[in-house]
Amino acid sequence: MPTKKANKSWSLVTRSSPLPGFRLSIGFTMTYLAVIVLIPLAAIIQHGARLGFGAFLHTVTAPRVLASYRVTLGCAAVAALLSALFGMLLAWVLARYSFPGKRIVDAIVDLPFALPTAVAGISLTALYAENGWIGRFLEPHGIHVAFTPIGIVMAMSFVGFPFVVRSVQPVLEDLDPAMEEAAASLGANVWQRFLRVIVPVAFPALLTGTALAFARAAGEYGSVIFIAGNMPMKTEITALLIVTKLEEYDYSGAAAIAGAMLALSFTIMLAVNLLHWWVQRREGKRV
Amino acid sequence: MSGHRAISTSAMLRPSTAQKAGRVALILLALLLLSGFLVLPVIAVFTQALSQGWKMYRDSIHQEDVLSALRLTGLVACIAVPLNMAFGIAASWAITRFEFLGKSLLITLIDIPLAVSPVVAGLMYVEVFGLHGWLGPWLSEHNLHVIFAVPGIVLATVFVTFPFVARELIPFMQAQGSDEEVAAVVLGANGWSVFWRITLPNIKWALLYGTILAASRSIGEFGAVSVVSGHIRGQTTTLPLEVEMLYNEYNFTAAFAAASLLTLAAIVTLILKKLIEMTSGVHRHMDEKEVES
Repeated sequence: MPTKKANKSWSLVTRSSPLPGFRLSIGFTMTYLAVIVLIPLAAIIQHGARLGFGAFLHTVTAPRVLASYRVTLGCAAVAALLSALFGMLLAWVLARYSFPGKRIVDAIVDLPFALPTAVAGISLTALYAENGWIGRFLEPHGIHVAFTPIGIVMAMSFVGFPFVVRSVQPVLEDLDPAMEEAAASLGANVWQRFLRVIVPVAFPALLTGTALAFARAAGEYGSVIFIAGNMPMKTEITALLIVTKLEEYDYSGAAAIAGAMLALSFTIMLAVNLLHWWVQRREGKRV
Repeated sequence: MSGHRAISTSAMLRPSTAQKAGRVALILLALLLLSGFLVLPVIAVFTQALSQGWKMYRDSIHQEDVLSALRLTGLVACIAVPLNMAFGIAASWAITRFEFLGKSLLITLIDIPLAVSPVVAGLMYVEVFGLHGWLGPWLSEHNLHVIFAVPGIVLATVFVTFPFVARELIPFMQAQGSDEEVAAVVLGANGWSVFWRITLPNIKWALLYGTILAASRSIGEFGAVSVVSGHIRGQTTTLPLEVEMLYNEYNFTAAFAAASLLTLAAIVTLILKKLIEMTSGVHRHMDEKEVES
């Protein structure tokens, strides 16, 4: 029977609570976290470490691997930028204007979260292929989307932009109209109000959303591999290279490249957390 | 000019004709991009699936391989989602109802699966349970199969949907506070009756919301499952993998027919989400501003 005393006896607790269930809930949480996330993560890192620094470095800097970083990071960066623009526009329209069908539009924004990546992949490929609905208008102008880096960017933008919308939209909705009114009463025009009042407030959220979109794009697999064409050195993404290594039974190679990808993921995660911390501190000061 | 002073500030914000035109232009631009970028791919799935007529569509779906993939996808979701519901409830109870050391670290760790590439996630389990992995030799000695078998697919699915329920519940329960629960305990209620009678009814919408997100992702997961599945037709092929296999066999109509089932699931997800948002006021929280860290 969990009681008040049970909580106090747990040395981690920094402030006692009359509620029961701390040991049970934290015990289950930590065990589950360890089994599902931490131990498997340790396994992959340990395999990478087992290779030794020289072999690890040799694997993750092989020409084909380096080329895959260029494709992945380059396309993810462009996709994140497009996501930021498109996402900001949608967040603005959804937060500021009312128009018929707004709720439907708001629901549709989450489609890339809900649509399985493989489905997005084959559908985008069908649209942008030479004879596709969109591709057939682009091909005569010499714009090839499917099986080129442009296709990779399209797929990555598709999965990334909802992160920007969902990060920025709440901030724009919470923005006090009094601030804009004050700026207007002081003679600021629309553009000045946008650049001086709205952008500074929304910028951290925009940055967070863009970072999340970039992280998702850099790790994306399902929607990209169908449209990419997967030519080594040209349109082969890093995630696919890991799968290729596995299919060749090169487990060490796969683990090493995965280690490099994990380093990138954790760097982005750290950056986003630092951004949160900075925003909270800044807001704390202002109040 | 004294007349100037009479103009209220809200009148200054009242849009001019040019601004109204700009507003309409922005809305139209957003709608145009949205339809070209999001709606068109969905329409394309159904058009391609039905390109050879209804009969062909129905036959494609009634293939034994597609049906067994559908069953496996359902089975995996039915195991993975309840596990993550239990985790989400336990984690949010611990995090929002108690103060303890390392709390903000725990919140960060819960987000790890969102940052890791699905392919890397799948590989992690190969490193633990695969033939050359930590537990591989022991598993093969006892003739247990995790990788290239259903347990591996379940694990990979649990990993990618790991944070969804917890991330909905933590900000929600934080905002709600624990006054009602404390009152019940002070009046002599035991832990489980507090949970069933107070906590669960209070969080049911947020819980349902997170569950829907987790279910949707577990039905559609591709990358992580693809690494651990082994692609054995009729045995370890989930519906998204079946779509890929049909597509790679140039069986496009069948691939899009199978994909149309997944697309329908996605549309249902979006509708349910919106309905919950509208009836209960639960919203998706992309950032944990409400979480004390």
